[in-house]
Amino acid sequence: MPLALLLPAGLGLVLLVLPLVGLLARTPWATLPQRLAAPGVLTALRLSLLTATLATLLCLLLGVPLAWLLARVEFPGRRLVRALVTVPLVLPPVVGGVALLLVFGRRGLLGGWLDATFGITLPFTTAGVVLAEAFVAMPFLVIAVEGALRGADRRYEEAAATLGAGRWTTFVRVTLPLVAPGLAAGAVLCWARALGEFGATITFAGNYPGRTQTMPLAVYLALETDVQAAVVLSLVLLTVSVAILAGLRDRWITSP
Amino acid sequence: MRPRRRRVTATVVVAVVLALAGAAGCGRSASGGGATGGPGAGGTVTVFAAASLTEAFTRLGRDFEEARPGSTVVLSFAGSAALAAQINQGAPADVFASAATRNMATVTGAGNADGDPALFARNQLVVAVPKGNPRGVAGLADLARPGLKVALCAPQVPCGAAARTALDAASVALTPVTLEQDVRGALAKVRLGEVDAALVYRTDALAAAAEVTAVEFPGSAGAVNDYPIVVLRDAPNPDGARAFVAYVRSERGRGVLAAAGFQVP
Repeated sequence: MPLALLLPAGLGLVLLVLPLVGLLARTPWATLPQRLAAPGVLTALRLSLLTATLATLLCLLLGVPLAWLLARVEFPGRRLVRALVTVPLVLPPVVGGVALLLVFGRRGLLGGWLDATFGITLPFTTAGVVLAEAFVAMPFLVIAVEGALRGADRRYEEAAATLGAGRWTTFVRVTLPLVAPGLAAGAVLCWARALGEFGATITFAGNYPGRTQTMPLAVYLALETDVQAAVVLSLVLLTVSVAILAGLRDRWITSP
Repeated sequence: MRPRRRRVTATVVVAVVLALAGAAGCGRSASGGGATGGPGAGGTVTVFAAASLTEAFTRLGRDFEEARPGSTVVLSFAGSAALAAQINQGAPADVFASAATRNMATVTGAGNADGDPALFARNQLVVAVPKGNPRGVAGLADLARPGLKVALCAPQVPCGAAARTALDAASVALTPVTLEQDVRGALAKVRLGEVDAALVYRTDALAAAAEVTAVEFPGSAGAVNDYPIVVLRDAPNPDGARAFVAYVRSERGRGVLAAAGFQVP
């Protein structure tokens, strides 16, 4: 085993794990049960899990076809489209939130029309949280699925076509199963990013307990008055997400 | 060939690690050197100030540098609670100006202040509405009107605590659409037109006068925040720090604060 790889790998691991150790070291274990039972903790956790899951579903619904388009269809400006898809990755999330307001807000490009025509207002609603999370998380899914599609062996699809399968059947029965590991990895990344989302959410959807206050927002506000409460909230978010990710990983990603 | 190449890569890794360590060390010694630069000409005063002081202290910092050639004022603006936490974690600041006595108490309680804090300004709440007041908001009671979207600060931050006091005192029960993490967040929602009104500090409304109209209300004088300022115990430049605090409390400093909308004691 080359030391040249082992050393930076170890340092990388330390960098990732050390903050976690800090969190655990400062956790007020004695008062943990009371703090967990504090009003608002469960509400925020439930809202976080719900919105992150809905955002992931939205990303799957829109992101998989987008990834397919980028991977399989030659069209002018494809490079530009691919670059545009990654914009939310480089955009500071707060800017993303402002941008969403400028489109879906009351005075936004579409917001006024949505409200007048369908009675839909997105800012300060749970749907707004889902939209903000989907905006920042979708690139993770699209990039993962596009990579998987490019790596997939197209001969299987060709074989399916020669055996009489239509395009849709081929996509659903051959292509999707082929890229399932990439799809699962992308969905997990997407979900994790949505769960931790802060900036776009607080800017676009605001902060109101039970409606738009997700765990990261609750953590930030708890920091203002009570650092220990913030540590506990962070720990809850971390535990739940790690448990879910570990469970999914065993089931979908590492199995052949 | 192979062992040699391996040695080369190992050397490269060691060099990179050493370079990183060296850079980290340099960073520390550089900041330490700058921070211990001492008073007199070229002295740097690092001021941690509440976000609501942004305009006033930016102006005061510039005036101070002009009044004392060779000195530099470095300003760091954030929520008072975040600043207090940074100071207690050892951030190299000279002066702390807080938007609430509660956050100042965090710092003095930890023994990180040099002497007693001095009150240098007061701020009161106003109702900020979009320019021209299109919804005709005349006071606190109007905020409870159905269909009116209101942003407040979260009760955990000073402006939210003051808002709650004011609303309770006026017996106004309202459900805001959002509880913002700081006063600038609440104001931004008004500027973007996403809410019809927000309870913010008068100084913030004044700073955004191009887009926002401030509606004063009876009893707003009761919902005030006191702003304390103090020199910090571990100040790298204690003389510069004391000079800056004195400047803020001078006739000149009080004038700048008053022009920004603060009440000066």
